[in-house]
Amino acid sequence: MSDTSVDADEVRHVATLARVDLDDEEFEEFAGQFADILTYFDALDEVPEVDAETELVNVMRPDEVRESLAQEEALANAAETEDGFFKGPKVS
Amino acid sequence: MATDLNIFVTEESVADADADGPLSGKTVAVKDNISTEGLRTTCGSAMLNDYVPPYDATVVECLKDAGATIVGKANMDEFGMGSTTETSAFGPTRNPVDPERAPGGSSGGSAAAVAAGEADLALGTDTGGSVRNPAAFCGVVGIKPTYGLVSRYGLVAYANSLEQIGPFAETVEEAAELLDVISGPDAKDATTRDEAIDSDYAGAADGDVDGLTVGVPTELVEGADERVVETFEGALAELEAQGAETTEVSLESVGHAVQAYYVIAMSEASSNLARFDGVRYGQSGGYEGNWNESFARAREEGFGSEVKRRILLGTYALSAGYHDKYYKKAQDARAWVAQDFDAAFEKVDVLASPTMPILPPKLGESLDDPLQLYLTDANTVPVNLANLPAISVPAGESEGLPVGLQLIGPKFGEETIIRAASAVEE
Repeated sequence: MSDTSVDADEVRHVATLARVDLDDEEFEEFAGQFADILTYFDALDEVPEVDAETELVNVMRPDEVRESLAQEEALANAAETEDGFFKGPKVS
Repeated sequence: MATDLNIFVTEESVADADADGPLSGKTVAVKDNISTEGLRTTCGSAMLNDYVPPYDATVVECLKDAGATIVGKANMDEFGMGSTTETSAFGPTRNPVDPERAPGGSSGGSAAAVAAGEADLALGTDTGGSVRNPAAFCGVVGIKPTYGLVSRYGLVAYANSLEQIGPFAETVEEAAELLDVISGPDAKDATTRDEAIDSDYAGAADGDVDGLTVGVPTELVEGADERVVETFEGALAELEAQGAETTEVSLESVGHAVQAYYVIAMSEASSNLARFDGVRYGQSGGYEGNWNESFARAREEGFGSEVKRRILLGTYALSAGYHDKYYKKAQDARAWVAQDFDAAFEKVDVLASPTMPILPPKLGESLDDPLQLYLTDANTVPVNLANLPAISVPAGESEGLPVGLQLIGPKFGEETIIRAASAVEE
């Protein structure tokens, strides 16, 4: 058996971290599903330690000014703009 | 057409009038998570209902330069999250082979466009099988290229380390032609590689499999529906008749691939989808309360259930206390899968399996239990974890429904899998 248990409060906490509001029904529904899914994920405990061969290299380009979107284009999909800026809600 | 298959979210014809190239006269459907300048790109989500990209994805520039005509933006599971194209905010696409059934997902609209003759070719994206799965269910060809072969610039990201844009067509050769057009290095995507510069994938579709060694991973056949296995074995026999040798191989790690895939994909999704804040783009949450409250409300309204589920599970898997248990272990499993494949390719040229372990499900049949839905990806996700190329080619039919054969190659082994797949269709 798994030690994975998820209740609606835990889903509520994660939803706060993820900045996604849910309604009460969704909290209950997700709690049930998350328990099943996380129990299934517990099988990852059986994975052996693997020496991963890393071939990663940094790919850098010169920091040069390049062609970019015009300001109007960058703002075109925003619901609210003001004086050439995005307009959003207060940060805190 | 008698039944509306709901293939396109947006139907509009776009072409570069002056362009003349290998795709002149060809029509292409483009999955709706690939940016098209001036043409609405929704990702199958209410969040992006009104989003009009100000630029083209690199692959779209390639299409236009090659003379292709884009005929529309194809329906898809919301942000690529799903295996049946039923999680789209614009309603499910129907399978042209049987409109009562799902076309597969998440690139279901793209596969259906080709199968229904609404486009000659299509582009989809494959994060855990999303090109191969609908190709199999709709009876067309789909290619998931090696990671880095095709630019992802302008693709609305879901899980960057796993996803690739890939072609659909009626035949292997046509799919390979489209791959020739879209592959190659791109200064705008630092993960692209040079291997495709002188590619002639279409030329590889010559059907010559004499002496080719084909490994069959027992783990990818065992759990499949027996009607699928029977059709799959018929296609293998066809390859043998043409001079290929088949042999059983074992990939012990794939038993953990689905878990690893979903942990990694959901974790990347939770990060990638943070950009949808309703301020720069996306549905606005209004300005009541502070930024966090407005943001959370925009996302409640804009995202469907599967997207919320994956963002939350991804956030959980990355959160303090669970990172080592889920995310780190998933990365270990990913490395293990890659090693297993490397070892297999020391013995054989390609690996073969059924693309999907089941026949196309009826619409509405598989949505209620997300875990069951995730399990249907068992044969396709190991390929994305290992960054390998794979193709799904029609292997035949069972009860009038298409069955796909998946051929997997070593990194940048596109020509080999294209050659083998072209032998299956002959």
